[in-house]
This record gives sequence, C-alpha cells and structure tokens, in this order.
Amino acid sequence: MTIQTKFHGEIPTEELTNWTFPNGLPGLEDEKQFVILPIEGNDIFQVLQSVNNSNVALIVSNPYTLINDYSFEIDEPTIDLLEIKSPEDVMVLAVMSLKQPFESSTINLQAPLIFNINNQKAKQMIMNDATYQLRQPIGQPIVKGAR
Amino acid sequence: MLVLSRKPNETIKIGDNIELRIIEVKGDNVKIGIEAPKSVDILRGELVQSISDTNAEAITLDLNLFNQLMKKDGSL
Repeated sequence: MTIQTKFHGEIPTEELTNWTFPNGLPGLEDEKQFVILPIEGNDIFQVLQSVNNSNVALIVSNPYTLINDYSFEIDEPTIDLLEIKSPEDVMVLAVMSLKQPFESSTINLQAPLIFNINNQKAKQMIMNDATYQLRQPIGQPIVKGAR
Repeated sequence: MLVLSRKPNETIKIGDNIELRIIEVKGDNVKIGIEAPKSVDILRGELVQSISDTNAEAITLDLNLFNQLMKKDGSL
C-alpha cells in the first residue's frame, strides 16, 4: 500500500508504524491514522502525516531535545484510552508551529502527543493547568544553530 | 441545546456516572463541581479551542519552510 504525503510525495507504508489516534486530534477529529516520517538531514524534527489526508501533516519534535526539564503526569483518561501499563510503554512528541523567521517558531508543551509503543495508540493530551505553554517559543540553543 | 435552571448545591446527572454540582454563584462566576469516571476527559472549552487553533496553525506549514528544515542538519 502507498499513501500520498504532504512533503514526501507518494510513499509505501509497509515499513512504517501506523499510529491510531482513537479521538483524532483537537481540530482534526476525523484524522485517526498517522505515520511518522523522518526529515532528511534533520535529526530534531519529524513529520506526523495523516494516512488519509495528504494535506494534514504536522512537524513534531522530541520535546526533551528542546526543553531538558519537561516533566508532567499522564492523566487517567489518557492512560485508559492508550492502555498504558508502564512508563516504558510511552513515547512523547510535541507539535511545532514553524514560522519565518525560524526563531519565532513555537512548540506546544501544553498538549503533548502521547504514544503507546506497544499497541500503536496515541493521543494529544491537553493539560488543564498552565505549567507549560501551548505556544512556547523555542529556546536560545535552537536559535543559535538554526541560522 | 437542553437548558436547565439550577440553584447552588443542586445537581445535574448525565448518564449513569456523571454528576455536575453548582458549588457557588458569585457575580458572573459559577463554580461547578464535576464527578465523572477517571476515563472521561474534563477540559475547559476555550482551552480545547486554542489547542485546535494551534493544530490548525501547525498544518499550514509551507514547502519553503519545510525545505529549510532539510538543510538544518542535526546541528540545531
């Protein structure tokens, strides 16, 4: 099987993990199947590509490469939906809003993407408290290398 | 939309296991207590809306900006 992607053209899906978001994403409730695609020459960012809609592609990043002390509790509805049994089941990514100039880009730390690597289920978990911002400017270390 | 009038300390049951209780009404502020199963997401509506907006913004990325990413290497 192949899928149409926003940035990678038409690609085969056999080798890719198909992630299921049972609830879709906020604002993208109809998109429930995604794959994660690498970006050539860039180890920091990846593309979260909808399987059924080539236009829906988000740049995502491991938040810990940008913010070392990012720490939060996964809430009960998320643990329940994703059937998370231990912390080892979990992978976390964050959605980027990339802008021109690059330094003005932001990362959504208030609603991280939570993945259960054992059953390939995922969810964008929204934190009710405002410990982390949904438009956190990406920090100084990134700006330095980005030019 | 169903509209119900309630006084402080009165409740509304939704299904078998969700209960809303009016805790306090003060000016234009209403405090609501919510009892629901742990598996139910309870979120402020405007927060969900702003996450939706951020996602909508995130998918508008154009090819130009994406091509810049390809040149950035692991050196970020």
